Amino acid sequence: MNKDLTKKFSSGHATCAGCGIPAIVRTVLGATDEPVIVSNATGCLEVTTTIYPATSWKVPYIHSVFGNAAATAAGIDAAQKALEKSGKLKKKAKIVAFGGDGGTYDIGLQALSGALERGHDFLYVCYDNEGYMNTGGQRSGATPYGANTETAPVGSQSFGKTQQRKDLMEIVKAHGIKYLAQANVAYLPDLKRKAQKALNTPGPSFLLVLQPCTQIWKFPTSEYVAVGKLATETNFWPLYEIEDGKYIINNIAKEPKPIEEFLKTQGRFKHLFKDANKDVIAKIQNDVNVSWEKLQKKV
Amino acid sequence: MEKGAIIKHDQDKAPKTGDWRYLKPEIDASKCIGCQTCVPHCPEAVMEMRKRIETEIAAGVEPGKEKKIVEIDFEYCKGCGVCTQVCPVKAIVMKK
Repeated sequence: MNKDLTKKFSSGHATCAGCGIPAIVRTVLGATDEPVIVSNATGCLEVTTTIYPATSWKVPYIHSVFGNAAATAAGIDAAQKALEKSGKLKKKAKIVAFGGDGGTYDIGLQALSGALERGHDFLYVCYDNEGYMNTGGQRSGATPYGANTETAPVGSQSFGKTQQRKDLMEIVKAHGIKYLAQANVAYLPDLKRKAQKALNTPGPSFLLVLQPCTQIWKFPTSEYVAVGKLATETNFWPLYEIEDGKYIINNIAKEPKPIEEFLKTQGRFKHLFKDANKDVIAKIQNDVNVSWEKLQKKV
Repeated sequence: MEKGAIIKHDQDKAPKTGDWRYLKPEIDASKCIGCQTCVPHCPEAVMEMRKRIETEIAAGVEPGKEKKIVEIDFEYCKGCGVCTQVCPVKAIVMKK
């Protein structure tokens, strides 16, 4: 067990073999030397790291209900402020909330919006594995167009999810917070730099981190880094940050790879390579191009 | 529940996830360049750098140049194989 990496989050948790979530948690928590309090939404991270009577967390950790990670973080922040005012607390701890895409895009969205609007001093990290993975892979607001999921299954009449994914970065940006960034678990130095920036930002900050899921995206357990890299190299998941409303793109590839390179690595898009679904791939490619152009215009 | 319903971290109670392993990663000491790419990507954080022993230095590609080598803690390694995939010199292979 690596002593440096397990200072705040230990080994001996039950995430699936080849899951990238622990790497995200260790990188974000490793970005600061100050004390940290963690608030966690229900999701893969919560169910796999807090199996009674064990816990993998070596830092103070609170889980309340599914959509409540941001509200809990807001409560911790308010409590710290009150204790500091009465002289019982000398130095405030950093607050980090972790949520999956279900607990952020869908169920936790109003709690997140409220906490951002009230301007609490915390960092919200959403690990986006594009669906409700710990319950068997139901669709969420983050599931991409055309993906096969348990509640948007592929059949003779359907090619999977027929709706677009939500643009959560724009929703969060609309709250006017000082720092938010889109990152990818395959690029850990980039994620660490963004986490450091976010933790040093006073007030709320937000990180959206892609987390390829070996079980439901259906690829071999060894491949989460490779699949994550392809997501960025095809411009499906560009890396960028928004500082005081100013966009900075971190990865400008001269020639982005075609989206098929990313899609063909995963079982959830297998059906798209049948002749009948060719237009779906063309649409996905077109959408990626359009949103990439839009993003470039914002810089 | 424990007092005050606060559960403290206790490594002895943690599941020994090494039981999950089906394939075992093996490090080729003559190939490992000590770059540490695999260390942060390992989901279980079981990769750690250690000093090379004399025989490994002698067997290395450029003897003595790379002083450190990665080592795996098999108590928690689930055998996912992420380390073999991220290794830039393919120094780790999965074996039964």
